[in-house]
Formats: sequence, C-alpha cells, structure tokens
Amino acid sequence: MGFITQHPILVVSIVKVAVLLFAVLTVNAYLTWFERKLVGHIQSRIGPYFVGAHGLLQPAADGLKFLFKEDLTIPTSDRFVFCLAPLLSLTLALTTLALIPFGPATIYIFGQPTQLVVADTTLGLLMVFAITSIGVYGVALAGWSSNSKFSLLGSLRSSAQMISYEVSLTLSIVGVVLLAGSLDFRTLVEGQAGYWWHVLPRWRVFPQIVGFMCYFISAIAETNRAPFDLPEAESELVAGFHTEYSSFKFAMFFVAEYTNMITVSCLASILFLGGWLSPFPDRWTWQLYIPAVGLLVTGVALLADAAFKWNGIARVQLVVISCLALGLGVLALNPMVMPIIQGVFWLLLKVFLLIFFYVWARGTLPRFRYDQLMSFGWKLLLPVALLNLVVTAFLIVWMNR
Amino acid sequence: MNGVPIFYFLILSAVLFGLGVVAFLFKRNIIAIFMSIELMLNAVNLAFVAFSRALGKLDGQVFVFFVIVVAAAEAAVGLAIAINIAHNRRTLNVEQVDLLKF
Amino acid sequence: MNVPVIMFFACALLAVFGAVLLILAKEPIHSALALILVMAALAVLYLLLGAEFIAAVQLIVYAGAIMVLFVFVIMLLNAGVEDRTNQSLMAKYLGLPLSGFLVLDLAWWIARSTSGKAELTASAVPAQASSTIELSNLLFKQFLFPFEATSILILIAMVGAVVLARRDP
Repeated sequence: MGFITQHPILVVSIVKVAVLLFAVLTVNAYLTWFERKLVGHIQSRIGPYFVGAHGLLQPAADGLKFLFKEDLTIPTSDRFVFCLAPLLSLTLALTTLALIPFGPATIYIFGQPTQLVVADTTLGLLMVFAITSIGVYGVALAGWSSNSKFSLLGSLRSSAQMISYEVSLTLSIVGVVLLAGSLDFRTLVEGQAGYWWHVLPRWRVFPQIVGFMCYFISAIAETNRAPFDLPEAESELVAGFHTEYSSFKFAMFFVAEYTNMITVSCLASILFLGGWLSPFPDRWTWQLYIPAVGLLVTGVALLADAAFKWNGIARVQLVVISCLALGLGVLALNPMVMPIIQGVFWLLLKVFLLIFFYVWARGTLPRFRYDQLMSFGWKLLLPVALLNLVVTAFLIVWMNR
Repeated sequence: MNGVPIFYFLILSAVLFGLGVVAFLFKRNIIAIFMSIELMLNAVNLAFVAFSRALGKLDGQVFVFFVIVVAAAEAAVGLAIAINIAHNRRTLNVEQVDLLKF
Repeated sequence: MNVPVIMFFACALLAVFGAVLLILAKEPIHSALALILVMAALAVLYLLLGAEFIAAVQLIVYAGAIMVLFVFVIMLLNAGVEDRTNQSLMAKYLGLPLSGFLVLDLAWWIARSTSGKAELTASAVPAQASSTIELSNLLFKQFLFPFEATSILILIAMVGAVVLARRDP
C-alpha cells in the first residue's frame, strides 16, 4: 500500500494500461468474428457457426491455432529485422490508443482522481499522426526481410500507398482543427456540444461533410483495407508483405491491422461525429438509461435464443453470455457507474457504426488496381482535401470579419 | 533541483555531432554518408531546442522547423543523385566513384 | 534522482547507442534503423524540453517521411553488405582522434559558457501552455518570408528529384 501512495501516477497508469490492453485485444478478437459474420451474410451465407453458439468461440479457436502453428523460419539473412517488423507494427498500433479519451468523466482508481485516457496531452491529435507515420516501417521492413520477390513488391506498394494517403488524411483533418481552434481531443469534442435549431446536434460532420468523406476514404486506404487492399489481396500478390510470416507473427500483423481500424474509427468519431456526446438533448434524462436497457435487452434475447433454439453445450454458452450481459446491465443501472458509462457508450456506439461501414465496404466493393489507387489518392483526394481546407479557412475569416 | 541542466543537452548534442563526423569519415556507402549528415543535423536541432528553452524564446524552435524542412529537400535530391550514381556506375561505394568521366 | 533526469539519461543513452550502431553496422538498412532510433530518442528529448510541436514534426517529417525515403532507396537499390576497405590510413589514424578532439573542444566551450547560468526545469512541461499557438504566430508573422521561401524550395526539390531519378525509356 505504501508503494501506491508514494507513486500514485505510476500505479494508476499501469492499471489504465492493463485495462485498455485487455479491452482492446478482446475487441480485436471479436471484431474478426463480426467481420466474418457480416461478410458472410452479405455473401448470402452464414459465417462461423459451429465453434460455440453463433460461432462466438471462433476467435478463441483462431487464437489457439495461431499459438500452436509451426513458426517457419525462412533462409533470410536478416533475422533481427524479420522478427522486428511485426513487433513494430503491433506496438505502434496499440500505442496510438493510449492517446484517445473515452469519456469526459473523472474516475477514481485507488483513490486517485483520473481521466478516462491513458496519456493526457494537449497535442493529442498531432501525436496520433506522429505514431501512425512510423507505422509504415512495419510494412516496409517486413517485405524487405522476407527475402522474396512477392513480399518485397507487396511491401513497397503497400508502404507507398500508406504514405500517399497519409497526406490527404492529415489535410482533411485540418478543416476540423481550424473550426475548433485546438489540437486537444477534449476541446475538439466539447466544441461539438449544443444544437442547431434545438434538434440537430452540432457535430462537425455537418459543416465538414467533404472533410469527413475524404478522411474516411483515406483511412480505409491507410489501413490497407478493401477496396484498397491490393498489396495484401490473396489473388494478387500471395498476401503481399506478410506472405512469409506464419503463426504468431502473422497474428501480430492481423491484430495490428484491426487495431489500426479501431484507432482510425475512434479518431473519426471524436473529430467528426461528436465523440462521447449523445445525439439527444441533455434535457431528456431518460437517455441515461440507454446503455443499461440495451445490455438488459441483449441478455434477455440471448436467453430466449438459448431456451428455444439451441441444445447441449451451445445452450450453456449462451446462458453464460446472457448472464454476463444481464450482470453488466444491472451494473450500468448503479448511480455511481451511470455517468461514467454514458460517454464510453456513445463513443463505442459510433466506433461500432464506422467499423460496420468498413466491413460493409469490404464485402461490397471491388478492388482498386494499383495505378488507379495511386492516381485516386494524389489526383483526386489530395486536391479535394486542399479545396476543403481553403474553403473552410475562407469561410471562417469571412464570418469573423 | 528540479530539472535537467541545459549543459547535459548540449554535451549530448556535441557527442552526437562528433559521432556523425566519425560516421561521415568512415563509411563507404553513399547512403550511409547521407545518413551521417542527417545525424549531424539532428544533433544541431537538439542544441537549438535546448537553447530556445533556456532563453525562453521560441525562435530556436522556428529555426528547427526550417532545418527539418531543408533536410527533407536535401535528402530527396541527394537520394535522387545516389540513384543515378548507382545506375551509372553500378556501385554504391564512394571510393570507386572517383573519375569525372568513364 | 528525479524522473526528468532519469528520462534524460535513458534517452541520451539510446541516442548515443543508435549513433554508434550507425557507424558499426555492416548493412545500410541496419544503419537506417539505428538512425530512426536516434530520431525517436531525440523526439522524446524534445518533449522533455517542452517543444511538443517540434517533437511531433520530427516524428512525422523526419522519422516518418525522410527516413522512409532512405529505406525505400536502400530497398530499391538493393544495397547489400558494404565492404570495408583500408584505403585511407589517414582517416583511421588521424580522423578518429581529431573527431574526439572536436567533441572535447565543443564540450569545453559549452561548459565554460553555461557555468553559473540558470538551469532548465524540464519537469514542468509545458512551460508555455500553448506553445504551438505562439510558435505558429512567430512562424506566420515574423518568419513569413522564410516560410514561403522554403515552400518554393520544397517544390524545386520535388521537381529536381523527379527529373533526376527518372529513367529514360
């Protein structure tokens, strides 16, 4: 106990990092499940179905598979860089999440008041971009050290794509920063409070719709997802820069890609969609019960599912999960927990919506060819982002005249 | 005493600059020589930021901004020249690029 | 031994280690990685000095774009192991001591000129609460002409690099 009182900031930070890591890795695992289910339903089939009820234990099975698979070592001269590349990718992807605030509330860990963010800085937005720009190295070094032509080509294309779309990503954000006047995440979200004509929330997606679309398209390209996933598409370059990686190193690349998706969606919801603010006016106090009601309804639905449709071990699993959901729902009704959960709930809902769009785009759109991709990024997206910036700056100066 | 004296930062800057000079003299690969130039520029940037903090003015940081931009321009052109040398002379060793004309 | 001093020594050791690795590495790609390590350590040192914007610019531009360019060129030119030649004895027996003398000379004059001056407080970061705003004020009002001149410089460098590196079919 003495250690805790002597080094409060250190202990609180360690607790926050542990909680965030656990949450992010679990969300990643179930994001893979969600993607396979959704893409399956888009393609008129069911996704994972047999491993656990509704396929919910599929991520666990995948994780075990990755751990037990044989770790191939290829005859490459550069074993250090070969092992460093996935490590770099994963570490940088997870580090960016430390900067994102999940809610406005002040929580108490071991008696210390602290915010819902691991690293509280005033230049949060710029730091996120700084860490994302170094993420290119994971891809570039992976292809180089694989000692294979497909990998080198795939990694060169992929890293060139990432640095091209980084420019339009950053430029499409500048309009938002101009409107808000700060780079701090908290100020960026608080600037979106209030309503136009009492009904439309003042989210920045409405004045900056062009910026939002540029940002989202650049984000899809930056994270190497379909329809921009030529460098890692299986029919094109035999999985590109991560061809020669097997078992856990491949899992690290996989997790890094999904974490990048989550980070970029968190950024989009904070910058454009109002972050942790709810779309309903503050006078409607019934909205405080929405998270609890949602969890309770999910629990009851799963119980009904277990009772009528499943037998055997699937029934047991569903009962366990529904008890978990009901327990969380009851916890969310606790008046001490309720104000904290509000912000987190709305932010996670918006992130989920954006990830739904991501997976929807993957299931629906055909792939870009590489030269189409590059010309789209440099010749269309960058001029549109620049135009958005110029028009926004003009309008701000003209309206403050 | 609640901080780091400026002396430490400047000594680090001097040491990094010296290591950059050593790398410049001893490396034989063109690209490695470029990288040693970037190391020297970084050392100088550190000295600028340290002085800017000590004197309380932000002019040092503005200068660092310009140094970074100029280093970017120089790296782009220098690496283009290095690519040309690599294609024409088929080597990246500076000791073998010692004739003005073949 | 408070936290800023420990952080300073950790980052300083990382930076010097990276620089020594740059000299001793046999392959250019390892030298590039060592230089990226130096730049990351220097970015943390800039954060210690309260220059948050410069730290972010260093990571985005220097470590995230310029070094990516270096890594690309090394990968494309397939720069392999570099051969060590002993062609220049003068560099070995005169260069190393003279560089050491340069560092000692700089250190001596730094020590002489900073003795007795005020110390930095690197723990209370940021000292200027909005250093980015003040920096941009300086950049766009007092240093506007150099700013525009460097933008033209970058344009010239871009055109030059594209022209120089183009392979005539």
